[in-house]
Amino acid sequence: MANSATQPSRTKDLEKLFHRPGPLVAATFEASSEMINDLKEYVKVLVVGAGGLGCELLKDLALSGFSNLDVIDMDRIEVTNLNRQFLFRVEDVGKPKAEVAAKRVMERISGVNITPHFCRIEDKPMEFYSDFSIIVLGLDSIEARSFINSVACGFLEYDSDDNPVPETVKPLVDGGTEGFKGHARVILPGITPCFECTIWLFPPQVKFPLCTLAETPRTAAHCIEYAHLIKWDEVHSGKSFDPDDPDHMQWVYTEAVKRAELFGIPGVTYSLTQGVVKNIIPAIASTNAIISAACALETMKIITGCSKTLSNYLTYNGVEGLHTKVTDFVRDKECPVCGPGVLIELDTSVTLRKFIDSLKDHPNLLLTRVSVRHRGTNLYMQAPPILEEQTRPFLDQPLFELMGKTRKDIVSVTGMAGKADNKQSCSRKLRIVFKGADGVADMDTAGGA
Amino acid sequence: MAEPKTKYDRQLRIWGEQGQAALEKASICLLNCGPTGSETLKNLVLGGVGSITVVDGCKVEVSDLGNNYFVDESCVGQSKAKCVCTFLQELNDAVKAKFIEESPEALIETNPSFFSEFTLVVATQLVEDTMVKLDRICRDANVMLVFARSYGLTGLVRNSVKEHTVIESKPDHFLDDLRLNNPWPQLRSFAETIDLDTSDPVVHKHTPYVIILVKLAEEWAKSHSGSLPSSRDEKKQFKVEDVELIKARMVAMDEDNYKEAMEASFKLFAPRGISSEVQKIINDSCAEVDSGSSDFWVIVAALKEFIANEGEGEAPLEGSIPDMTSSTELYVNLQKIYQAKAEADFLAVERRVRDILKRIGRDPYSITKANIKSVCKNARKLRVCRYRSIEDEFSTPVQAELQKCLTDEEYSYATGFYILLRAVDRFAANYNSFPGQFDSGMDEDISRLKSIAVSLLGDVGCNGSSLIDDLISEMCRYGAAELHAVAALIGGIASQEVIKLITRQFVPMRGTFILNGIDHKSQLLLL
Repeated sequence: MANSATQPSRTKDLEKLFHRPGPLVAATFEASSEMINDLKEYVKVLVVGAGGLGCELLKDLALSGFSNLDVIDMDRIEVTNLNRQFLFRVEDVGKPKAEVAAKRVMERISGVNITPHFCRIEDKPMEFYSDFSIIVLGLDSIEARSFINSVACGFLEYDSDDNPVPETVKPLVDGGTEGFKGHARVILPGITPCFECTIWLFPPQVKFPLCTLAETPRTAAHCIEYAHLIKWDEVHSGKSFDPDDPDHMQWVYTEAVKRAELFGIPGVTYSLTQGVVKNIIPAIASTNAIISAACALETMKIITGCSKTLSNYLTYNGVEGLHTKVTDFVRDKECPVCGPGVLIELDTSVTLRKFIDSLKDHPNLLLTRVSVRHRGTNLYMQAPPILEEQTRPFLDQPLFELMGKTRKDIVSVTGMAGKADNKQSCSRKLRIVFKGADGVADMDTAGGA
Repeated sequence: MAEPKTKYDRQLRIWGEQGQAALEKASICLLNCGPTGSETLKNLVLGGVGSITVVDGCKVEVSDLGNNYFVDESCVGQSKAKCVCTFLQELNDAVKAKFIEESPEALIETNPSFFSEFTLVVATQLVEDTMVKLDRICRDANVMLVFARSYGLTGLVRNSVKEHTVIESKPDHFLDDLRLNNPWPQLRSFAETIDLDTSDPVVHKHTPYVIILVKLAEEWAKSHSGSLPSSRDEKKQFKVEDVELIKARMVAMDEDNYKEAMEASFKLFAPRGISSEVQKIINDSCAEVDSGSSDFWVIVAALKEFIANEGEGEAPLEGSIPDMTSSTELYVNLQKIYQAKAEADFLAVERRVRDILKRIGRDPYSITKANIKSVCKNARKLRVCRYRSIEDEFSTPVQAELQKCLTDEEYSYATGFYILLRAVDRFAANYNSFPGQFDSGMDEDISRLKSIAVSLLGDVGCNGSSLIDDLISEMCRYGAAELHAVAALIGGIASQEVIKLITRQFVPMRGTFILNGIDHKSQLLLL
């Protein structure tokens, strides 16, 4: 659509980048006056999370040429969101974030279509995620990042030389903040490191040893965790603690104060009690704005090619002065999530049930509640019940048969990974190779000949 | 209305009630409310600044709808300042929002005193000579100033304040103030009451590492003619021996306190006395105080006296200890010993502050206890930021630094953008439009921009050939576009700096931040 000289276009500024060739663009970039239309016609972006980053992302993407957006978030709006989640007002408290966020942006920016999904990310089928050209994450949990990462990597296919098939690369852009600090990163599964390749960037939260809480408390936080983790259960047999119930929080606070007084420990306040119990990460509007804008900018560049992109991890720190750093992390070639798949050798006689059982003890997998798919076919599904019933008879058949007697192939499995107290849903790709299958095939051929 | 304390909970955890109070007292003026300006203010309105004044002389055009979230279709043809102000007000009714429909350039020319009523001015999308003029006005009026500009895939943020002093710089990683390398008598005698050779294994594994290290250092000193190691070789030897000494004292493998002692043993031979950064502050000419000195410098003058006298070369003790494996009783008692020393140090500094105030003819109680206490607690972390005037930076940038950054492979783009952001303003002054602003004449614009940039570099004594040709073409391609994502990024950074300046917490950036939106290898240039 040509830009007439008399009537300046709404997207005048974006057009400079999209319509003009340049020396520092992506190799695939073709300057075109059709770019804005193409984005409208062919590109769908998913924003995961409608919180501090999500609200910013929706605005930024809607004003960066993207017209088709979806947003998914399971949370409802709280008063403490209002200092940064600028799409929400006091009267919205209690409403689903995704729905209010979508509505507000559509009211302000005409021509933008945002579909909200008020649900858990795990509730959506793989097909839902495959629909998007790119997925942008505005999350505050490692588990959720890990899940979406495994979904995106699940679409990745490798050719016979173990090179990623370009059409199956589903790009992710991820952001995160804490106080004055944040990060933005670009994940091109199979090409740049995925979330799991660099999982060490997110060290697990340190927990206090129970014996410290029970026997040698020293800090206000110890007193609070004693009230929260030990005393609560002693007093309220069977009733579980609800961090969102103010009465529960007040009880923990009062008990923590008592314990602190008993031991002469200063510093227990209600605010600290909330912070420790809910593991509150402080958050401010400016940092969210910075990180979201960087993510939106990368999204725009990845999709249009109008410039080079971040390779591949940006950190921002505004605590002492201003420090930004770009790190080019490398892939873990053995990564169980984005690699060609965990290699599993099986006898041709192994049944699907035995195969599923073996994943529980596999050191790189530790998977329970496993569902198995092969080339789009459900071999066994844990849920919904109707599918479980349909696929149950397969359990006692040899996997080799179920996979059409191919010597080696990929199956995708989903399930719960991790240790007993820290399980999370995930999906994994497995490269199955059948031992002695060549022989079997040879015999078959021989028999047929 | 929501309870403000709850609404602001997530930020109160960062800058506390005092920081919030400073924000709520602040009045901010914004010049130009395109996306860079409106996004900066958005983040400040959400955080609850006292008041905002939006200054812009333009009417909303259709093209504004494509990059500014704070206008919509119904605004076209109306005052941009009014529309942006109205939409910003919706975000937080605790903020007083007003607008002035006038061009910032005109205001700067005709009514410079206008700016003196504000705490801070955020100036967006200004060209070079307007920046210089505004900077002069704000410096004279002692008003803080933050410049922000978005331009294609680049942009800049620059603070400009004569002097900004920070007490609560709240650094992320800072060595605990344990004084293990220089224990005071009370800490030593407390350590003496504890027997490391206790036969009770429970007591043994609950002796805090601070005590273990103080005692072992003394043992070491006794066997080495009474002093801790001073030469490098001695230190090396000490390090090895010390870890061995600690290991030898362990009675069980699960003694976390001894493991902590080994990890912390380096603290024993950390250099004594104050850091060079603190040294620089107490030696600053401002620490020679008179009746016109600020409270900060009066307390620093007292601090200087304390260090030279009671402190015996050390700053006042901070008075807190990190959590460490210990019995509750020992930990609480140890904490009290540190607190008592900190309190004594504070009282000594306070006496000196009162004396100094008397000496310079001020009310000796015109500085609060809380203020003095805060300086004592943060004595090792004080920061003083001074910014060159824009005029000085533009006319005489630090040539060596500029040349170095221009040829640094990693940051040559960002530095090139710095030069080109100045060059486009000269271009606009000469040709009445920015390079590439219109679709025709691109090749001519590129060669014109190049010759302007090369001569600009020559003016400041740098080699014009260091500029990358591709970057010049790229700058022309941008044609002064203000992209929303870039504006939100630049505005976000500007608002973070504003918060640090107003709350006087954390450390604002020095120099000019140049965004490299191509691959994010951005750069802070100290010129």
